[in-house]
Parts: sequence; C-alpha cells; structure tokens
Amino acid sequence: MFEPAPRLLLGLLTGFLFGFFLQKGRVSDRRVIVGQFLLRDFTVMKVMMTAILVGGIGVYAMLAAGWVQLAVKPAHLLSIFVGALIFGPAMVFLGYCPGTAVAAAGEGKRDAWWGLLGMTLGAAVYAEFDAACTRTLRAPVDLGPVTLPQLTGVPAAVWFAALVLFAWFFFRWLDRRAES
Amino acid sequence: MQLLKRAFWSPYAVGAAIGVLSWFAFLTAKRPLGISSAFVRLVAWLEGLAAPAHVAATPYLAKMQPVFDWEFFLVIGVALGALAAARLGGMRSGEKPSGRRIAEALLGGFFLMIGARIANGCTSGNGISGSLQLALSGWVFFLTIFASGVATALLFKKEVR
Repeated sequence: MFEPAPRLLLGLLTGFLFGFFLQKGRVSDRRVIVGQFLLRDFTVMKVMMTAILVGGIGVYAMLAAGWVQLAVKPAHLLSIFVGALIFGPAMVFLGYCPGTAVAAAGEGKRDAWWGLLGMTLGAAVYAEFDAACTRTLRAPVDLGPVTLPQLTGVPAAVWFAALVLFAWFFFRWLDRRAES
Repeated sequence: MQLLKRAFWSPYAVGAAIGVLSWFAFLTAKRPLGISSAFVRLVAWLEGLAAPAHVAATPYLAKMQPVFDWEFFLVIGVALGALAAARLGGMRSGEKPSGRRIAEALLGGFFLMIGARIANGCTSGNGISGSLQLALSGWVFFLTIFASGVATALLFKKEVR
C-alpha cells in the first residue's frame, strides 16, 4: 500500500517545491493560462521552455557522467496526438493543467476543487477503457521510447543549442515589444 | 525571506528552478516529475475500498501498487507548496465560483484527465519531463496541446470569466 517512508517524504518535499514555484510563477492563475492560449501573455511558455532547457541540459550532463538514467515514455504517436487534442481544449476550459489545478486547489481556489473532482472522475472512467485504448490507439503507431537525438542522429547538444537560441531571441523579442 | 514574500517571481527564474528540481528528482527518486498518474492511484485506492474484486479484474488499476508512492505524495506536496507560496506572498482566494464556472471546471477537469491518460502523461510528465529528455512523445504532446489550445481559446474564450 505504501512505498518506504523516506521516499514518500522525498516526494512530499519535491512536490512542495514544485507547487511553491508554480504559484510564484503565476501559472496557478487561470487568467495567465488562458492568456497564454489567447497569445496575450507568454508566462506559461517562458516557464515551460526555461524548465525544459535548464532541466534538459542538466539531465543530459548527468546522463553523460553516468549519474542518472533517462525515463523516456514510448512514442505511441496516435494515442499521444488524440490525447493531446482532448487535453489542450480541456485545459482552456478548466483553466489549469493537472499540476497547476492541484496548486490552485491548495491555494484555496474553489473552482480548482471542482476541477480536481472532474479529474478524479475522468481517471475512473479512463481506467475502464485503458485496455481498449491500448488496442486501438497505442498498438497502431509505436516507435518505442525514442528521443529526438536517436530518431534524427543529431546530437542532444545541437538540439539544446538550437532551442536555447530560439527561446533567447523569441522571448527577447516578446519582452522588448511588451516594454515599448 | 524578502524573496519568499514577494508576490511573484520572474517566469525565467521559476522555469530555471523547476529545471533544477527535475535534476533533483532524477538524482534522488530516479523518476521525472509527473502529476496525472497519481489520480489513477487515488481511483485505484477508492475503488479498492468499495469494490476490490473490480480493481483486481482491471489490470490498469491493479498494477497501481503500491497506491501511495513518491508521485502521490508529490501531488500532496504541490498543494501545500502552492498554499505556502500564496500565503507568504499575501494572496488569499476564497471567492465562490458561479454555477456556470463549476460546470466548466468539472467538465474541463474530466476531459483533461481523459486526455492525459490517453496520452500517457500531462503537462508535467509529457510536456516538461518528456520534452526535457528530448523524448519524441513529449514534444508531440507539447506542440499538439499548444496548437489545439490556442485554436480553442481563439474560437471560444475571448474573455476569462
């Protein structure tokens, strides 16, 4: 029923920091999230891209040093595409994603409490259809747990360099435009 | 302490902090950050209390053992951390949502989780943790939710009520 207590405490601490950062980053505010999808407020994109780049460069460096192993999810492209096509619009209407809904609910935002109830019901309904989903949506297109460097032969360092350059120029352009 | 009391931080600083936190998760828990599968664990536990035979007969729920794992406690931590950050920053929120907003949040949450489980991960597990590992699955998810979300917002969500 329970994993060992030290590991649970580690999860609690990691989650505490995650929730703290999400709130300080304003992404537990649904106006900020909907504002991102309306292309009026790029806070969500700035947080996510910076997390991906800082996180990714560090994790690949630790991978090279032999300290960590990757945990890549399989590329079931059809199910990921279909799931994301449901997830994106639902995120606009709820105004949160799962992590930011938990953060907003913790802060006391009551609409997020209803969101968590809906999410729990969604998980219960999905559980009844997981086997069917695997048969119809996962089996047809399964490329396995593949990364972009493995797929393309372009090294991770080149991917990160390109993404850093893109993010740097794009966000600098956005921030300058916002100032003027 | 001054920093903790500031209402908000720069989005770049927050993104960098979440990036470093993901190093910590890989190093200590040997797992990336993720949220949505904890909801399946919650369901597996609740249904296990009410209908253990059904859980045993449903492989997707039966495999969620132990129910209370690192990620389950991570989700509890997220709620506590956000509460601490909001209170330290002097933010309080307790306004009552309208009936319309309750329906929107309930239905939105329902389909959000259906989508997350079909895609085998949410904005954290696929969007951030998958993308930072340069996983093809993560980037396909990230770009698809962004495109479909923008299209939905521009069509149906001119104002945030």
